[in-house]
Amino acid sequence: MKTKFQNNVAIAVIRVIAVLVVLILAFLLGDILISGVPHISWHFLTAPSQAFTSGGGIGVQLFNSIYLLLLTLIISFPISLGAGIFLSEYAPKNIFTATVRMAIEVLSSLPSVVVGLFGFLLFVVQLDMGFSILSGAIALTFFNLPLLTRNIEESLRAVPDLQREAGLSLGLSKWRTVIKVILPEALPGIITGVVLGAGRVFGEAAALIYTAGQSATNIDFGNWNPFNATSPLNLMRPAETLAVHIWKINSEGVMPDAAAVSAGSSAVLIIAVLIFNFSARVIGNQLYRKLTATK
Amino acid sequence: MGINKYDFNEKNILKFDSNEHELAIATKNLQVFYGDKHALFDGDLEFERYKITSLIGASGSGKSTYLRSLNRMNDNVARVEGEIQYRGLNVNSKKINVYEMRKHIGMVFQRPNPFSKSIRENITFALKEQGLKNKKKLEEVVESSLKDAALWDEVKDDLKKSAWSLSGGQQQRLCIARTIAMKPDILLLDEPASALDPISTSKIEETLVELKKRYTIIIVTHNMQQASRISDYTAFFHLGHILEYDKTKHIFTTPKVTATNDYISGNFG
Ligand SMILES: Nc1ncnc2c1ncn2[C@@H]1O[C@H](COP(=O)(O)OP(=O)(O)O)[C@@H](O)[C@H]1O
Ligand SMILES: [Mg+2]
Repeated sequence: MKTKFQNNVAIAVIRVIAVLVVLILAFLLGDILISGVPHISWHFLTAPSQAFTSGGGIGVQLFNSIYLLLLTLIISFPISLGAGIFLSEYAPKNIFTATVRMAIEVLSSLPSVVVGLFGFLLFVVQLDMGFSILSGAIALTFFNLPLLTRNIEESLRAVPDLQREAGLSLGLSKWRTVIKVILPEALPGIITGVVLGAGRVFGEAAALIYTAGQSATNIDFGNWNPFNATSPLNLMRPAETLAVHIWKINSEGVMPDAAAVSAGSSAVLIIAVLIFNFSARVIGNQLYRKLTATK
Repeated sequence: MGINKYDFNEKNILKFDSNEHELAIATKNLQVFYGDKHALFDGDLEFERYKITSLIGASGSGKSTYLRSLNRMNDNVARVEGEIQYRGLNVNSKKINVYEMRKHIGMVFQRPNPFSKSIRENITFALKEQGLKNKKKLEEVVESSLKDAALWDEVKDDLKKSAWSLSGGQQQRLCIARTIAMKPDILLLDEPASALDPISTSKIEETLVELKKRYTIIIVTHNMQQASRISDYTAFFHLGHILEYDKTKHIFTTPKVTATNDYISGNFG
């Protein structure tokens, strides 16, 4: 009797907490979206920002965010994939492996502002790369690498050992088994992790403030030569992203419509992150179904 | 009565007369260690070609350990000492190309483990890895190995379907088909029917009896009826020792070793 009562109380408390969490989240999202969405227009999404007059947009910042995200993925995915495969399939139990794991652990718990400062001191100052997309992408790689590596390692580990034995027993080498059997089966989990990580990277500001910089220099969308200073693809230009833009408007924005721009930008950012999270689920599920269920 | 009561020196191990019987594979003084744990002592067995040999014994007696040593699946898990004689070679030597060897000594596992690929690709995958590209040839192997595994009629219209859409018994027969597609000499099966229902089990048994015309089959089973139904020879394992090895009918009617007798009559331990 008493255990049952305790059990019911526990369940009730957990339910209340769960509902509370959902409510807070809904309130936050609702507040940001309701105040921000009305400011979103095609003009807002594409026009360059204005520092002193109203009517500015976020076109350059949006492009910078996406470009930086792509660069970060291009750098961090191959490294994480290699590290994840090593840790899951090959790493012997020794000091070296333990050190790698510890390094990943430490890296993943570093506050992003520290990652940003490190990037500032090493890349921006020491290596003289300046505030640049490249510095930003490397900082974001540090930020993304540990989680992505762990995600890939866990996705690979989740594939049952029976599959490894199946490959080996047919005369495949370990490497071929990993690449052709284990990796494809881990792919849904890996893709989900990549996309979720992309959402985190997309919304990251602290690591970028001192690396990619806080200015959206004018770029010329008619010029795609990456070696040209005004080209959108130029790696050495400073690039304020959407998240940094929001931070900057709120700390020192002087344009008359700062509140509106900030609200609109936040809404765009939130929508983008929601899309990332949502599509991570959808893509993961679909890939999984394609790989396992009836076609 | 403890489980240790039997005398490990009381043994009856069949040896073949090489003039009358062709051997497929044999082990000499095979020992397996998992770290400090000595899991298999003096494994000394000869397997006749085109016969089914059952390995029986209580759970943990070392049957899988022995079987998995035969195609070196224990390489990274255990230390295996002794000789495995196959075609005049000691395949337990470091010089052996294990990947090549495993194409000759195939293995089917306790739980069906098809690849997350289509039924067809499950069969063609390893062949393609070996460099076989000819589409027509591949299709022929798909058909012949599925027929050998008695699965063809059930799946011939669904070769594109995922292997996971099959029932457990069908998956296991697909795994058998996948293994014989490599044209091995010897088939090792580790309790291949223990996760299956009786109907699927009897299908697998029929398949194996059919397959022994062209393959040497060594099967681990905890099911004594199964051993007596399908196998020609049976080896009895106890606590890492092989105590008796003889024709199946001797093992199940007139065993010579006390432990075997107790085990088959259910008075064990
Ligand atoms: N990977 C392993 N690591 C350590 N010990 C193992 C391992 N596999 C099996 N063993 C031990 O070896 C003994 C024999 O196991 P096994 O060959 O699986 O028995 P069976 O197949 O007859 O049930 C058991 O005591 C088991 O605990
Ligand atoms: Mg076993």
